[in-house]
Amino acid sequence: MEHVALWIAAFLTLGIYSFLYKDNIWYKLCESIFVGISAGYWFVVLFWDNIYGKFWVGVFPPKAYNDAGELVNSAEPDYLLIVGAVLGVMMISRLIPKIGWVSRWPLAFIVGSTSGLYLINYFTSNMMRQVEATIIPLFGMNYELSAYDIIGNLVIVIGTFTGLVYFFFSKEHKGWFGRTAKIGIWTIMITFGASFGYTVMSRMSLLIGRIDFLFGDWLGLIK
Amino acid sequence: MHVGKSTSLYLPQLFFLFLFICNFLLLSLVYAQTDDPLLNSEDSSVAIPDSELVVVAPVTSLIAEDYKYDDGKQINLSWVPSIDDQLVGSKVLGYRLFRIIDDGKPELLAKLRCGANSYSDGKLKSESVYSYYLEAFSKNFIATSTRTVPISPEREWINFDRKYLFLLAFIIGGAVIFFIESARRGKKLFVRKIAGLEAVDEAIGRATEMGRPILFIPGILDMNDVQTLAGITILGRVSQQIANYDTKIRMPVSRSLVMTAARETIKAAYQTAGRPDQYSDDMVNYVTDEQFGYVAAVDGIMVREKPATVFLMGAFFAESLILAETGNSVGAIQIAGTARPAQLPFFIAACDFTLIGEELFAASAYLSGEPKQLGSLKGQDVGKGIAMAAILIGVLAETIGTAWNVEFMNDVVRWLTILFTTQ
Repeated sequence: MEHVALWIAAFLTLGIYSFLYKDNIWYKLCESIFVGISAGYWFVVLFWDNIYGKFWVGVFPPKAYNDAGELVNSAEPDYLLIVGAVLGVMMISRLIPKIGWVSRWPLAFIVGSTSGLYLINYFTSNMMRQVEATIIPLFGMNYELSAYDIIGNLVIVIGTFTGLVYFFFSKEHKGWFGRTAKIGIWTIMITFGASFGYTVMSRMSLLIGRIDFLFGDWLGLIK
Repeated sequence: MHVGKSTSLYLPQLFFLFLFICNFLLLSLVYAQTDDPLLNSEDSSVAIPDSELVVVAPVTSLIAEDYKYDDGKQINLSWVPSIDDQLVGSKVLGYRLFRIIDDGKPELLAKLRCGANSYSDGKLKSESVYSYYLEAFSKNFIATSTRTVPISPEREWINFDRKYLFLLAFIIGGAVIFFIESARRGKKLFVRKIAGLEAVDEAIGRATEMGRPILFIPGILDMNDVQTLAGITILGRVSQQIANYDTKIRMPVSRSLVMTAARETIKAAYQTAGRPDQYSDDMVNYVTDEQFGYVAAVDGIMVREKPATVFLMGAFFAESLILAETGNSVGAIQIAGTARPAQLPFFIAACDFTLIGEELFAASAYLSGEPKQLGSLKGQDVGKGIAMAAILIGVLAETIGTAWNVEFMNDVVRWLTILFTTQ
């Protein structure tokens, strides 16, 4: 059975890789298997995690008894979950065109509550903490900061400030403002360059993992 | 007879064996207690001479305080450790914290290491009364502190620890409202050009001329992600233009809620464009929640349908380069936008235009020109202005204050730090 699974995995891996040559029937088969199985898998996972695990168990908590017949589990039912379930059912109203408009309410609820919830989080993390972390000295008393520290602090302050200037939309990027914004976009691009290299290297490890599977586990050429 | 004689002969040996077993059990008990002082130093009833007792002082100033600005579930405890709790050669081996609920029996709440001087007791009920005491113990002595005054955790409506957060949010929120009202009264609000968006109409026009579809990919996160929201907002404007040009749009999604929202958005756009009959639910289809399953399907669509234009607007992860590269290989003009810094480099490398971070959120305002969205964008610029001013003043004050020890500058830094500190 293990060998069968190994061969299926190798067949599917090579099928997906065959896309590097061009679109073909082998890739289409693997793609359909991947999409179909994953959609089914996620349906089952979401059903058991959310509809059963959260809603059903939350509203009707299972009761547990000890050997003496005494109630051990005394979890309180969480009836608030019914609101979520009702919103979920409202979403399905799309299947009936006449009352399809009902599905807009749960959508509005999700979009509105998410926006409100994230407003404070983003405001705190993207603005307040950023400003607080950027208020640093460019050099210290008696030259207590090393040249490395001074350069590092300069990069942080100039990079953050000019980056903010780039993302300021109320003024045209012309003159000194444009030049400052240009420094900002250069800082951003250098950061992206470093990030690109870093991520490519991490993706190489994924490729190595697959090659290792094909040549090691499957063909047995790598011991 | 023989048996009885034999037993009496071995009686002394049996007696010594019995003594040996008793001794062994006693020693085992003593060692078990000294193995882990935090776990095994329960008060033993074995009498120990006073001279061998390692007497320790109890903790002092044990105070139980309601945790301010919460929903009534936490009490904070603080105390001064025993004077015999020393870093080196400490007589105190640890502490045991006891809790009494509603004058009930004391229950062991926590076992704490030496040096501990505070504890937060959470998940409490505001209708119960709690008191606490601490035991400091040595290897054979327990010193009990006085009990705290009974206390109930209280609920607070407003978290005053976040007053400066409120102040800043109030200023920026006020600015947003001010600019929205200004735009509604007809005042023209200036927003600088965003390169990627200038190309939107051109890209849609290109697809129309080539007779090929437009592919819109809203990322792989659900509607609770702000980037998906921004992507869907841009979709509204893009699909309106698509309806005007009578071009075909294709939108595979990986989340059911996104599918519903996208269908609603495109339908509304087609209605606005005066072409409701051209709209079809088939324009948006769900593929799978699985990240790479979705990517495999979208890649397949790209190579088979060869879209002239690809929009990648939303939250992307490891699939960003796979999608962008495939779009590039089929010769599509690609406009991408995401706020995920790790994926932006790939879009910049493989797409024709990229909306970087904030530009994605500014895009919808820029495209629609609606007073609400424009006002919101201008209000956010006020926030950025405050941040830039704070950084500039803060860095100058910090540098001058540190280098020349100017008290006023140090005060400025202190004030700014308080203003921008988040609890």
